[in-house]
Amino acid sequence: MNGRPYVREVRTASWYFGRWRDLHHMLNEISSIFIGGYALILLWGVKSLAAGEQAYLAFLDGLTSPLSLTFHWVALGFTLLNSVSWFGVTPKAMPVQIGDEFLPGHYIAIGHYVAWFCVSLVVLVVSGVFSNG
Amino acid sequence: MSHRTIDLEVMRYRPEQDDEPWVQTYKVPCEEDWVVLDALIYVKDNLDGSLSYRWSCHMAVCGSCGMMINGEPALSCKTFIRDLPGDVIRVEPLTNFPIERDLVVVMDDFIEKLQRVKPYIIRDESKPISEGEHRQTPAQLKKFKQYTLCINCLCCYAACPQYALIPEFIGPAALTLAHRYNQDSRDQGWEEREDVVATNEGIWDCAFADACSIVCPKHVDPASAIQQMKISSTLSWYKNLIGLGGKKR
Amino acid sequence: MEVITTDIAIVGAGGAGLRAAIAVAEAAPDLKVALISKVYPMRSHTVAAEGGAAGVIKSEDSLENHFHDTVSGGDWLCDQDAVELFIEQAPKELIQLEHWGCPWSREADGRVAVRPFGGMKIERTWYAADKSGFHILHTLFQTSLQFPTIDRFDEYYCTDLLVEGGRCQGLTAMEMRTGRIKVFRAKAVIIAAGGAGWMFPFTTNGAVKTADGMAMAYRAGVPLKDMEFVQYHPTGLPGTGILLTEGCRGEGGILVNKDGYRYLQDYNLGPPDPWPRKKAMELGPRDRLSQAFWHEQQKGRTVSTKWGDVVHLDLRHLGEKKIDERLPLVRDLARSYVGADPVHELVPVRPVVHYMMGGIDTNIDAATAMPGLYAAGECACVSINGANRLGSNSLTELLVFGGRAGRHAAEYARKTTHLTESLADQLGEMAAQRVTELFHKEDQGESLSVLRGEMNKTLESGAGIYRTEDTLQETCKKLAELRARYRCLHLDDKSKVFNTQLVYTMELGSMLEAAHAMAHSALQRKESRGSHQRLDYTERDDDNFLKHSLAYYAAEEDPRIDYQDVVITRSQPAARVYGGAES
Repeated sequence: MNGRPYVREVRTASWYFGRWRDLHHMLNEISSIFIGGYALILLWGVKSLAAGEQAYLAFLDGLTSPLSLTFHWVALGFTLLNSVSWFGVTPKAMPVQIGDEFLPGHYIAIGHYVAWFCVSLVVLVVSGVFSNG
Repeated sequence: MSHRTIDLEVMRYRPEQDDEPWVQTYKVPCEEDWVVLDALIYVKDNLDGSLSYRWSCHMAVCGSCGMMINGEPALSCKTFIRDLPGDVIRVEPLTNFPIERDLVVVMDDFIEKLQRVKPYIIRDESKPISEGEHRQTPAQLKKFKQYTLCINCLCCYAACPQYALIPEFIGPAALTLAHRYNQDSRDQGWEEREDVVATNEGIWDCAFADACSIVCPKHVDPASAIQQMKISSTLSWYKNLIGLGGKKR
Repeated sequence: MEVITTDIAIVGAGGAGLRAAIAVAEAAPDLKVALISKVYPMRSHTVAAEGGAAGVIKSEDSLENHFHDTVSGGDWLCDQDAVELFIEQAPKELIQLEHWGCPWSREADGRVAVRPFGGMKIERTWYAADKSGFHILHTLFQTSLQFPTIDRFDEYYCTDLLVEGGRCQGLTAMEMRTGRIKVFRAKAVIIAAGGAGWMFPFTTNGAVKTADGMAMAYRAGVPLKDMEFVQYHPTGLPGTGILLTEGCRGEGGILVNKDGYRYLQDYNLGPPDPWPRKKAMELGPRDRLSQAFWHEQQKGRTVSTKWGDVVHLDLRHLGEKKIDERLPLVRDLARSYVGADPVHELVPVRPVVHYMMGGIDTNIDAATAMPGLYAAGECACVSINGANRLGSNSLTELLVFGGRAGRHAAEYARKTTHLTESLADQLGEMAAQRVTELFHKEDQGESLSVLRGEMNKTLESGAGIYRTEDTLQETCKKLAELRARYRCLHLDDKSKVFNTQLVYTMELGSMLEAAHAMAHSALQRKESRGSHQRLDYTERDDDNFLKHSLAYYAAEEDPRIDYQDVVITRSQPAARVYGGAES
């Protein structure tokens, strides 16, 4: 006999394995580790560039290691997951009201995809992916 | 009318007798158009008068009968037995709340938080009744109308992973109500509410899991309200930073 | 025994209770309010009102129109001084609610929009889509949160009034989470505990509407007035009894029988065209429409379904856009509970018990005959509703008279003193005894659900839409039997914590008392007026019955029925004309 309201414990380490919705949320949360890691690698690259050609070449060489490639593929996967999740919910965060009515949510999501595509294109053009040689 | 007999598994907890919750199974002959609440009423009237649960309107507007049905928070008066798979239905009290008894949870925490967000019109000067109503266009009404539809059933709190881990989190329904008043053209209380909601335990504890909006039986979309508040709070913070003043409106 | 001292105790935290609490807090910030309710405020049944609240706002409308619609709608049983006050205060209260944030639906220019309701000459129903009661309740509840003098006692079931020296000086209530009885010592008490639809088997009312407030006052010696007048709403969903608002018809919906025929034209409500037209056909008063259903049923022109006989509500011609904008809840409810989408299909409906015109006898100030006791809302009878309430007057009534109850109770409280603590404790113990006894009854084979079922059945068969001497006699006899059997009812749940079996048992006790008063009031009213229709006395009898009935509690005996004159100021009783003449 307890005599008091019963408080159910939350399994702090494993609660999100119970349902896909929660797991999906945690995967999105965990993606921050990989995106953060990628940012650190990028910073490291900038630092080695500043340190001279040799350091930068060593950095580039390091990127081709199997460990690095694995990390980048995983990070890309998480980034895509996170982007798709975020774009899916952007209509909630940024509703657009025109007159009495709200713009249907998918317009806003599509707008984000279009912007994403354009920015990516600019980055690719600037980085010379499409230039000959 | 066709019958279908289901095993209704009900989480029981009687604080004067039990150390912890346990599951009791009742065989319930259900009519074709019954909701889960009807099955509980059948149990109470015919099988076990000691089963406790809250309910009143049976039309999804009073918000009393939120509970976990097959693991998801839902209104038992709006969950049709015909829509549930199999012949076993499991009902439990809403998660993330202490169990008072059986399917009745303690909701003091929500009531305190609701009061804290100042969910009422705040104005510098109130308008005399003799001057009639405030003008509010259909567009201005539409801006916040959706956020007025919350019935305080607490399904969103039961679904929210952040509330589960951080009990101090003000949570979806209460924050949504703050946003509802912030967005109302008649209100001038944004700054007062900002002190309460633009805090760690307020909007910034929300991780945008969106679970609240997924389970909301009235399609209020609390997640959207909270994200919009995050944006307006952030903008106001930057405006303050560069000396433009933080007042939103 | 714990004694809680307050200035004004309010029983019930629905629309009327909340409005009263705010009125006290505003008018007398020095007075403490205890707002006591068996459910959290937002669960109160005000929440389920759909269509809207009446108040004159359009320039082509007038207070005079609202007065006449209300008085003729009530078949001249309304107290006309109360109606005059009511219609004059109505727009002010609705504007006040607007200032508190109620999301009323709007015209394009930003003004509040209004829709027509049954029995209304010009549209004056303020609405918030079809969730008007929901928005009114939540607006009042949320507004009440800013007043520090309002102390809420949520999930406390009030059991008895404390009466000493002929004055009401507080009450006892059970805290449901602990089962403990507490005494509230108060200078004044306001009962705002709602109606009693659960006496009947088929009702739009939520399960909380169990006559608690009415019975509490009645047992304390305050008469229940006009209890025989029970409103059937013509359009409830079969099976569940869920309400489909009169707004459906206000927006242009029609009712047809199994032949697709607009049968109301056969009952002095036609001609059907042109449509829509105020105070005609589907926009006739509720009593007439519900009675017409009964006649159609007798003629075999209703539709048989698995839920019993129905007629059809046709909204299809309104179109999806209008239905979604004005009647979104109706669409949702019809689709969910009877599987009919009103955009494309006919919706089955039938009359269903909706509202008690009668209740605790109060005067125009919401005061009862017992000093210190006030009542407002559905549990009270002022009476502005007479023999048949006009649709959308009830939400306004709980605002106008809830507010008045608060202000008048505050005024009274200022002039009076508290009961001594020891006396409060003593009276509390006596009241607690009544509850404790319920736990100690031997099992004599009576069951709560069986008794409730028998009460439901006898009220429906004896005191339904049409009544006769024989059926009413039978019902009175049955209720006397049920009251005796109730005393043998035993609890198998002995728990103190959230014991709903105990609460349901006390609720059943309340309902049996109110039902008893109702059946005897109906038996003695040998005429047909408004919602009280007798097959053996088919005409209105103003010579003998232009009077309010008053039922006085007589413990084990049958109630004593007395009469009180109706206040008539400017409208002499006349024929109720709907259909064409006035439109």
